[in-house]
Parts: sequence; structure tokens; C-alpha cells
Amino acid sequence: MKLNEIFKRESLFVPIIAIVLGLVLGALVMYVGGYDPILAYHSMITQIFGSTFDIGETIRTIVPLVMCGLAVAISFRAGMFNIGVDGQIIMGSLGALIVGTQIDLPPFLHGLVAILVGALFGGLWGALVGYLKASKGISEVVTSIMLNFIALYFSQLVINQFMLQEGTQRSQMIKDSASIQMSWLSNFAGGARIHWGFIIAILAVIFYQVYLNKTKWGYELRAVGHNPHAANYAGMNVSRVIVRTMFISGVFGGLVGAFDVLGVFKYVAISSTTSGLGFDGIAVSLLGGNTAIGVLLSGMLIGALTYGSQGMSFGAGVPGEIIRMVIGFIIFFVAAPGIVRLLFRPFHKKTKKES
Amino acid sequence: MNKADIALELKGITKRFPGIVANDSISFQLKRGEIHALLGENGAGKSTLMNIVFGLYQPEEGEIHINGVKAMIDSPNKAIELGIGMVHQHFKLVEPFTVTENIILGSEPKRGMRIDIKGASKKVKELSEQYGFDIDPMATIDSISVGMQQRVEIIKTLYRGADILIFDEPTAVLTPQEIIELLEIMKRLVAEGKSIILITHKLKEIMEIADTCTIIRRGKVIESVTVKDTNPQELAEKMVGKAVNFKTEKQPAHPTEVLLEAKDLVVVDRNGKHVLNHISFSLHAGEIVGIAGVDGNGQTELIESLTGMQSVNSGDILLKGKSIVNHTPRNISESGVSHIPQDRHKHGLVLDFSVSENTILQTYHHPEITKRGFINVNARDDMATRLVKEFDIRTPGIDTRVGSMSGGNQQKIIIAREIDKDPQVMIAAQPTRGLDVGAIEFVHQQLIAQRDQGKAVLLVSFELEEILNVADRILVLFDGQIVGETTPETTNEQELGLMMAGKYERGGSSETK
Repeated sequence: MKLNEIFKRESLFVPIIAIVLGLVLGALVMYVGGYDPILAYHSMITQIFGSTFDIGETIRTIVPLVMCGLAVAISFRAGMFNIGVDGQIIMGSLGALIVGTQIDLPPFLHGLVAILVGALFGGLWGALVGYLKASKGISEVVTSIMLNFIALYFSQLVINQFMLQEGTQRSQMIKDSASIQMSWLSNFAGGARIHWGFIIAILAVIFYQVYLNKTKWGYELRAVGHNPHAANYAGMNVSRVIVRTMFISGVFGGLVGAFDVLGVFKYVAISSTTSGLGFDGIAVSLLGGNTAIGVLLSGMLIGALTYGSQGMSFGAGVPGEIIRMVIGFIIFFVAAPGIVRLLFRPFHKKTKKES
Repeated sequence: MNKADIALELKGITKRFPGIVANDSISFQLKRGEIHALLGENGAGKSTLMNIVFGLYQPEEGEIHINGVKAMIDSPNKAIELGIGMVHQHFKLVEPFTVTENIILGSEPKRGMRIDIKGASKKVKELSEQYGFDIDPMATIDSISVGMQQRVEIIKTLYRGADILIFDEPTAVLTPQEIIELLEIMKRLVAEGKSIILITHKLKEIMEIADTCTIIRRGKVIESVTVKDTNPQELAEKMVGKAVNFKTEKQPAHPTEVLLEAKDLVVVDRNGKHVLNHISFSLHAGEIVGIAGVDGNGQTELIESLTGMQSVNSGDILLKGKSIVNHTPRNISESGVSHIPQDRHKHGLVLDFSVSENTILQTYHHPEITKRGFINVNARDDMATRLVKEFDIRTPGIDTRVGSMSGGNQQKIIIAREIDKDPQVMIAAQPTRGLDVGAIEFVHQQLIAQRDQGKAVLLVSFELEEILNVADRILVLFDGQIVGETTPETTNEQELGLMMAGKYERGGSSETK
């Protein structure tokens, strides 16, 4: 039990120090660049918490990051590295867009169906990666990143062929009945684009926690992640666990895509690149240590920093890219905990002796 | 005694890890030209001590003297400089490289810009001849046997000028014949003036080869004894701290009906080799059948075929008359076959799981544990608590990570879990590998208890002593075939050793009785 406590303390120690170091290094970069770091951080905080609208928009930024973090984290826990969340987002958007534009359903139900179809599209896209790994032994790193491009161009093809808004580079708008904006909450938050995704993200975090730690399938998932040989010995169908896990991972990604279409933009723009949210998800899962609460907290942090960076450029003239650097520093220190320990060796030794 | 006769002396070495004193004021002397055995159970602190001598750990207290001079050993390089060489239990060799390349790795002799391979291989050859290693300096590591690979490790230390050689459990991976050869080599090394520390818990080897034996228990030196004045019984008792029963007590077997039957099993590997070549045998209720053989003669394939972890090309496996060939591991496990796997870290356990999570590894899907897809944590913990008590598993708690426990207790978890399934057939592969005397006794008693309850036990082991002690009937596996069948009463180690080497046949190609 005692050992366990040290471990827990340790697992909190590194990220917290990493965050502090990241912010300090970011301040240093601003200072060297001739900016006022205190003013910059002050404007960032004002931007995040300044008004109910800002808080709402911060939450809107956080939601997809948490979802993407969960998508990456669940695959990590099963011993896989899913860098195809971007592709799953695109497929989720496509699924939601098709339902949103092509089908007529009563309000609420329309949104619900659109979300479910988006989740299914993303899930199947993820399951495909799992299937290729389980049955053919192809590395999920390779297939998932390749499928990102396939998803991007496939989605463009479908939009161009069937759903293009004449004379523009984007799809038609979804029907109003398919909108998942929560107008009462939006009004409350000064018009910020808050949608069902807020609720679903909270449910997803709870689902992740319960699924992994309380269910039979979660037990299998963790066994496969720690030791697939032992899982096979124990009679688990390792292939099935891999496909199932990648499906869930894909559902998380697909939901992000569906939220964007149904709750924020109402259309899909034809873009030459993917959103990159999936890669932010890697950062979130890494910082959060692949636990439910960790992903939630790190998603909140990175989301808040991202949204707050806009304030920095208004308030202190600091380019928003600095915040990407800060996030980069934080991830760097989390990924290389040895550096944090090295810097804090005297302190670290003390805590060890106490225990 | 003259001070210069002491090659290595440890004085009051103490090393603490959080929550445990691994070495508690350990002192002993290694005389020049002797073989000094270090005997102790798993976790007694032998490896920690040797890692201190080899510079991997720093002691908190105490001194190391080499040739009478106080030494500070703060890295393996420093240890090598001082003439200390270590032959690790797990070899540290680059497989596709040649013997010579491996030996010079890290201290390559240069000739201008190029590595002087020719000169190096000449030197290797000289060393090989001097000590009778009989090794080809240009062979690649993956083409030579495990015994030969170990010799490469030994030459590696000699090449770097070692005078003090530390052998960490050197015979654990060797065949009986290879062990004899290794002991010969060790004798020749000391004859040439080298000094050897032999870490082991095999008493037979100590009696045969060591001059002095220092016994360590729970981090403390119990005693240093002259080997010729002692006997294995005495050594074992000092190591364990209580009386030990060597000869496993058991009543004669009363085999009844056939429970498991293998018929003409064939497994062909990727290269088209018949790794199992028409194997047939039967296993009766109430008997322990031992499969003797040198590692790599088809044991792994046989176990994995019987447990469904490997597919069979042809032949049949019958459990109580019903075919289970090529069924899934789950299916076979549920039909009443328990399996203690050969490699407990790879297959038997999820090291990052807790004790309680590991106890349900085979049965987590049963309705007692899982209801409507949710694991009943209380039922799981109750089961773990019960097994910990029943099988005397030493752990701080059922939430302890299994990877942090000793090998003996890890194995107890597996055995507890597999016995608790109440199987009809128990397949035990190398169930005592790496365990100490006390734990081995426990495992053997459990297997015999299973037999006495009318279960069929298949014991696969590379240890002849174990087979002779525990099995009621012995099948010898060589090159994927059963080359002999005998009983412990009518054979001995020499005869079995010859059969295992494929040089002797007896009893014919095991007909089903």
C-alpha cells in the first residue's frame, strides 16, 4: 500500500512540474523575444475566464481535446498507438453530414441519429485499423496514418459529388433539425457555441473509467495491453479485443467529427489538411497518463491554453504560437520524466526518504 | 594466511532498498585459485551483492578489497579494469555477429582506422585452446548452441583480462552434458590461477566443484563453510533455515482410466521441420507422466498443442475420449485442462496486474466473477484472499503488483489459480524453473496432491532430478519424437541423459498402453 502511494505521488509530481517548467520556459522565450510574459499570461487568463462567453468557448475547445485524448488513451491501454484519430474525425463528420443534409427527421431525433451515424463511421474506420493489425499483423501506426489521408480524400470526393454547396468550397448546410446546439446553455454563456458534446464528453470520461476498470471487456483490454501472450494463454480472443478497442477509439474520434458538423460549423469545408486534433489527442493522453481523470484534466489544461492564446496576441501582442511551444515543452518534460527528476533530484530524494 | 592470497575481500557490505535491507553487513573472502560458491534462496541478496562487486550498485557501508588493496568500484568498466568479469545468466550477445565480434565489442583492437578482426580472432583462438573451449571464432552466435554461447561470455571476460570471474546461475540454461563440460572448464580456469565466484542454488554443483561455500539468508551471511567438510543436507538447511526434505515423499501411483490421449501428433514449423513428429502417448488419471528432454526438442510445441495455443497439422488429442485438437485455449481450459506455462512472465501472469487481477486470469468470465459484463470486484478479491491463504502466497496484499513479487510467490499464484480450477488434467511445464529449494518442494507436493486426487499430471521438465523424483512414468522427447519410455525405478540419470541426447533407445516409440 505504501509503495502504491509513492507511485501515485510520483505520477502526479512529474506532470505538475512539467506544466510549471513549460510555462516558465514559455515566459523565458517571450522575455527573450521582447514581450512582457506577465502581461501575456495575464491576458491569457482574462481570455479564458473573462466572460461567460469566453468560459463557454473554452469549454467548446476542451470538449474535442478530451474526446481525442480518450481515443488515443484507450488504444494505448490496449498496447496500440492510434495516430489515426484525425481520419476517424473526418469519417465522423462525413457520417453526421450525410444524415444532417440528406435525411428528414424531427428535431432532437435528427441530431441523435446524426451523432450515432457519425460515431459509427468513426468506429468502423478505427475497427478497420484494428482488423488489419489483428488479422494481417500490419502495424496500426502505419495503417492509421495512411487511413487519415484516405478518409480526407474520400470525404472530399463524397462531398464534391453529392453535397457541394454550389460555387463554394464547402458542403451544404445541415438541416436545422439536426443541430445539436444547446441554445439555453449558449444563451447562458453569452452565445458561445456549446453543444451536446459537452454532456457527451463528460459521459465519455465516465464510460472510459468504468469500462476499463469495472467490466470484463475492460479487463481483457488491459490484459492484452500489458501482455498479449498472457491474454492468449488466458483464453482471450486477442484479435477481437484489438478490433473492439479500435472501434471504441474510433467512436470517440467520430463523435468529435459529428460535434463539429452538428454543433459548431453546420457544414464541412473542403480542406487540404486534416484538423490535427488527433495529434493534440496524443499530447492529452500522454500528459494525462492514459487515465480517465488524467485525460480530463490535461484536456482542460491544453484546451484552456489553446483558447487563451488568442487573448495573448490581443492583450500583449504575443504570437499564439508561443502557447504551442509551451504545450510542446510540457509534453517534452512529461515524455522525458528523467529530466524532471534530474532537475529536482534533491527534493525528490527527500520525499523518498520520508516514505 | 598471507594477505596476497586473497583475491577479493568484502568487509561489512550493506545495501538498502526502500523497505528492505538487501545486504546486511556482508563479509567474505575469495582466495586466489578457489571456486567460492554463493548459496542462497531467491531474494536472499546474492545478485545485489554481485552487482555491487561489478559496480552496478554502490554499497551504503562497507569496503571492497582487491588483492589486498581497497577499491572503489563505481561502474562495470571500473570492475573490468580491476580484473573482475561477470558471466550473466542471460547472455548479452549480438546474435548475427560472430564470436570474435562479440568478444571484442566495446574494446575493439584498431589497426589504423580499421578493426583488427584477424588479430582479435587469433587471440580468441589462443584463449579457446588454453582453456579447452573448443570454439570457432568466426561462427555467428545464432549458429552455436547455448552452451557455446556461454563460453563466448566466459572468453569475453578473459579477453578483457579478468582474474576474478563471477558466474551467475551458469547451469540454469544448460543440458546435463553441457553442465559437465562447464564444470570442467571452471576447474581449468582455477588451475590457471583464476578465482571464481559461483552464484547458484544447486547443491550438487557446489558439492562437486566448489572449495568454499558462503551461505546467505535474508541479506546476511549465515556461514562460510569448507565444502569437503559438509554435505548437501546441511547446506540446504542453512540456506532455508529449516530442515529440508530432498526425496519427495509420495505413495505409489494408482493409475486408472485414460484422461488425455495424444494420437500421432504432427506439428510442422515455418521452415517445414517436423517439430513434433508423430507423437502418441496417453495420460491416466492418478499418474504423473514426466516428459524428459533437452530444451528445444519439441516440448514447447507439445505443451502448446495440448493447450490450444498452437495449431496441430495432423493427429488427434482426446480428452476423456472427446477430440479437443485445435480447439481454442479457452475451450480446452473450460473442458478441464489446467496449464502451468513454461514462461511465467510471458504467459502465466500479467506482471502489471495485481495479485487479485491475476488470480482471475483464467476464470474472469465465469458467472461467479462476471455478471452482465461487469466484474464483481468483491468476488474477485474474495477469491484472491482465499488463494493467498490456502497456498501461503507471501504478498503485502492482494493489490500488490505481481511484477514486484519474488519468483516463488509468482509461481504460487499460477499454481493456486490452476489448481483452483479443479481440472482433470494438469499440464505443468518447467514448474520449478528458477525457484529455490523451499518453493520447489511446495510445487512438487502440490503436483503429487493433484495426482492423489485422481487427476492426470503431465510434467515437462529439463531437470532430470525433478523428473526422477516426481514422475511415475517417464517419456523421453528427442528431436520431436518420443524415443523412450521408462520409470524412475528402472532408470538413472546417465541412461536418461543418453536417451535425451538421442544416443540410446529404450522401450520403443511409446505405444499407447
